[in-house]
Amino acid sequence: MTFDMNRAHDLLARAKRLGASAADLLFAEGEAFTASVRLGQVEKIKDAREKVVGLRIFVGRRQAMSATSDLTEASLDGLVGDTLARARVTADDPDAGLPEREDFRLDLPDLGLWEPEPVDLTLDRRIDLARETEAAALSADPRLSNSDGAEFESSSSSILFANSHGFRGEYAGTAYGLSAAPIAVENGAMQRDHWYSVKRRFALLDSPDSIGKEAARRTLRRLGARRIKTQRVPVVFDPEVSAGLIGQLAGAASGYAIYKGASFLVDRLGEEIAAPGVTIVDDGTIPAGLGSKPFDGEGLPARRTVVVENGVLKSYLLDTYSARKLSLRSTGNATRGPADAPTVSPTNFFLEAGAVSPEEIIREIQEGLYVTELIGFGVNLVNGDYSRGAAGLWISGGELAFPVEEVTIAGNLKEMFKSIGRIGSDLVFRGRIAAPTIRIDGMTVAGL
Amino acid sequence: MSALSEPSDDFFASRYALFGTDLDRVLTRVLGRSVDYADLYFEYTESESASLEESMVKRASKSVSQGVGVRATAGEKTGYAYSDDITIERLADAASAARAIAEGTGSVVPARVGPARRPSRDLYPVERYAGEIPLSEKIDLLAEVDRIARAVDPRIRNVIASFSCSKKRFLVVTSEGVVVEDTQPLVRLNVACIAEEEGNRQSGSYGGGGRAGLDFVLGDRRFEFYAREAARQAVLNLSAVDAPAGTMDVVLGPGWPGILLHEAVGHGLEGDFNRKGTSAFSGRVGQKVASDLCTVVDDGTMPGRRGSINVDDEGTPSSRTVLIEKGVLRTYLQDRLNARLMKMPLTGNGRRESYGNHPMPRMTNTFMLAGDDDPAEIVRSVNKGLYAVAFGGGQVDITNGKFVFSASEAYLIENGRVTAPVKGATLIGNGPDVLTRVSRVGNDLKLDAGIGTCGKDGQSVPVGVGLPTVRIDGMTVGGTRP
Repeated sequence: MTFDMNRAHDLLARAKRLGASAADLLFAEGEAFTASVRLGQVEKIKDAREKVVGLRIFVGRRQAMSATSDLTEASLDGLVGDTLARARVTADDPDAGLPEREDFRLDLPDLGLWEPEPVDLTLDRRIDLARETEAAALSADPRLSNSDGAEFESSSSSILFANSHGFRGEYAGTAYGLSAAPIAVENGAMQRDHWYSVKRRFALLDSPDSIGKEAARRTLRRLGARRIKTQRVPVVFDPEVSAGLIGQLAGAASGYAIYKGASFLVDRLGEEIAAPGVTIVDDGTIPAGLGSKPFDGEGLPARRTVVVENGVLKSYLLDTYSARKLSLRSTGNATRGPADAPTVSPTNFFLEAGAVSPEEIIREIQEGLYVTELIGFGVNLVNGDYSRGAAGLWISGGELAFPVEEVTIAGNLKEMFKSIGRIGSDLVFRGRIAAPTIRIDGMTVAGL
Repeated sequence: MSALSEPSDDFFASRYALFGTDLDRVLTRVLGRSVDYADLYFEYTESESASLEESMVKRASKSVSQGVGVRATAGEKTGYAYSDDITIERLADAASAARAIAEGTGSVVPARVGPARRPSRDLYPVERYAGEIPLSEKIDLLAEVDRIARAVDPRIRNVIASFSCSKKRFLVVTSEGVVVEDTQPLVRLNVACIAEEEGNRQSGSYGGGGRAGLDFVLGDRRFEFYAREAARQAVLNLSAVDAPAGTMDVVLGPGWPGILLHEAVGHGLEGDFNRKGTSAFSGRVGQKVASDLCTVVDDGTMPGRRGSINVDDEGTPSSRTVLIEKGVLRTYLQDRLNARLMKMPLTGNGRRESYGNHPMPRMTNTFMLAGDDDPAEIVRSVNKGLYAVAFGGGQVDITNGKFVFSASEAYLIENGRVTAPVKGATLIGNGPDVLTRVSRVGNDLKLDAGIGTCGKDGQSVPVGVGLPTVRIDGMTVGGTRP
C-alpha cells in the first residue's frame, strides 16, 4: 500500500469533515542496508524497509496524536476517528496549535541531501568495503588480534508533510557509513575503540584505509591504561568528546527544558553563560549536512540560529509550542516522531573553531587529562551537575604520556562552559553535532 | 523446558491471510541449499501514552506497529530482512534477501509449519489490557498524581507525569518446527518533579510498572507512592552537598541499585561477546569472579515483572539461569546462534526490540540472592563512605570491563551513620573486579519497581534488576570534592 500527497490530502479533509479544527500529517518511508564483517568473514547482512503515517489532530486547543504502519484504507480511516475522539478529552491548552499560517514557505531550498544510489554499489562491493576497513585496522599492529567487526551502511528515507493550513512539503535524504572496531590484546588485557565516517554522498566517505588506520591508532593507544590519583587538573576534550558536551548544551537550551524549569539555562537569555570566544550555532541549511532539512517537524523552514555568541546566550532552540510558552518565536527546530507531538532538537549544531591547534593546547599543560571517551549518564541538565566515567591519556610536561582509565571527571556545566580556556582549530563535521578540541579548567578527576 | 500446548487464536493467520502452507513455502525459499537455520517473526504492537505537565494532560498518542522479520543463519553468518508490509510477496522478497548471505555447507529441510501454540504457562495474564481502558481514566490518574506530588511540599514547581502501555503480539516460526505466539503487556507510570528554592533547582523522579494491566499502578495505590517518592527526592536534593571524589567504601541500598549487576557483570556474560572473545569475562567459566557472598541470577520466569517473558523472541521458553554461584562464574546468557556456536544450552535469552531487529542474548530480570546481614548493621560497619539508594542510568565497556552508574540519591556515611545527602555522582569500577570486593550482603533482597530499559547495539528491551543491601570495599566515587 503506497502513500502519497493525494492520500494525505484526503485524510486531512476527512479529519476536518469529522470535526477537527486543524491537523497535520507526516509520512516517513525508509530503506536501510547493513553489511557487517568480522575477522574477514561476513557476519551479518540486513535489509530493512519501513514506513509510517503520523497524524496530529486539534479540536480547538486540545490535541491527540496517532501513528501506524498499517496503511490500509480501513486502518487510516479508523485512525482519524480514534484520534479525534482522544483529542476531545485532553487538556484545553491555550498555547497548543499549528504554527501561524504566514510562517510557512513554499519555495524550499534543495539542500543536496539525497543522491541516487551509485550503480556499482553491489552487495559484494559493500562487503568488500567493510572487509578492507577491518583489514586496514587489524594489519596496523600484531596486537590488534581480535575485532568487533567493521560495517558498511546505507540508508535512504523520504518525508512527506502536510497540514490543514495548506502547507505541503516533501524531501528525501541518503546516508552512507563505514566503521571499524578493532580489539587490541596485550598482557591479557583487552581494549576496544572504533572509528567511522558518515556522509550523505557515497563518494565523500573517508577511505577504508584511513578509517581502519585511525581505528587502530585509537585502540592501540589505550593499551596499558592505568588509574591515576584523585586531583583537580585541566582537562582537554578531543573533538568527539567535545561534541558530546556541546550536545548537552543543545538539550539545556531546548525551549521545553526552559519553560518547564528543567534547565540550568532558565532565565539566562542575554547573559554570559560561556567563556569569551565560545560561539555555538545551529544551522539546518548547511548543504549536504547530516542534520540539514528544508523544513522542520512542523513544516517551518530550516534556518541558522546563533545560540551562543562570544559567550553570551543569544537564543534557545524552539518549536512553535515552546516558543509560545516563552513569548518567543520558533527557531525551526521542531522534530517529530510519527506518534508524538513535536519537540525540539538541534539540526547541525556546532562550536565554532578557534585559532589554536590541538597540539598547542596540549603543549601548554604541565599536568592534565586528555579525554578521548566518556561513558555513563551522569549529566543533570536541571542543575548542571556533571560526573562521568572517562578514559584518555595523561598529559605531562605538555606531552601525552600514558593511557588512563577507570576514572571519573566531575564539575558543573555552568562552570565548565565558562572555563573553556582554549578552543582548537580542528572543527570537522563528522555528525550532526560537531566541535573542535577544547580545554576546560578546574574539573575534578577521581581515581585512586 | 515446558511444552507448548495451548493453541493460539491464530491472530496473525487471520489478520494477514497467511497460513501454514504459505509459511512452508517462505521457509523453504530462505533455506535453499545452504542455510542451517531460518525463522520468521511476525509482530503487531499497539502502544499508548499520555503525559501531564503544568497540571495539564497536553499530549496523548497511540500507535500501531506491524511487520515481519526474516532471518537466515549459516555458521556465524546472519542474513536479516524485514518489512512492515505483511504480504506473501514481501515475505518472499525478504526471504531472498536473508538467504543471499548464505554460502555455508549445511543443507536442512524445514520442519512443516504446524498450528501456532501459546506458551503453556502465562506469566502475565491480563483481564483487561491497559490500552482498552478509556483515555479519560488515565487522564484522571495523571491529574491525581500531580495533586499528590504538589501537596508534598510547596517548593515543588512542576510535575511531569507520564503513562505508557503497550500490547505486543508476536508469532515465531522456525525451520526447526517451533511455531509460537505470545502476547506481552507492559505498563509504566513515571513521575518527575522539579523543586526550586531561591534559584536552586533540583529534580527527582520515580516510577514503576510491569507486564500487567492498569490495575498494577492502581493496586496498593502505587501511583501515590511514585508521586511522593519523586517529590521527596527533588526536595531532598535542594539540601544536597557536593559529592566526595576518590576511592571509598560504598553501601548500595536494595532494589534498583541492582543496575550494578546489570552493567558490571550482566552484559559481560552475554553469549555473543564471549563467543567472540571480546568480553572481559571471556573464557572464565569456572573461575572466581566475585566474593563467596555473591550468587547472581537472571530469571525471565518471574510473574508479571517488566523483564519477564513466557518465551524469548526465538520461541525458547524463558528460564532461571544462575550466572555466578558463590562467587564462581557458571555460565553465559544465550540465544540460538551463540548457543549453537558455543555448544552451550539455550537459556531463553534471545530477545529483540521488534520485528526490525535480529535477536541477541539479552538479560531479563537480573539480581543477587539475599545474604545474612542486617542492612542497618552493614551501614554501621562503614567508617567513612557513601550510601547510595537510587540511581539513574549506567553503561559498560564490555571489552575492558569498565562500567559506570550514576547515583540520583546518595548520602555520606560518617562513623557508621548516614549523614548529609550528596549531589549525584558517578560510580566507576571494573566488572571482573567489583564483585570480589563485596564484603557484606544483606538479607533484604528487593527487585526494582519496574522501570528498566536496556540498550544494546541500538535495540531497547525492558528488563528488571534486584539487589539486597551490599557493601563494596574501595570503589571510585566521581564527585567534585577531592
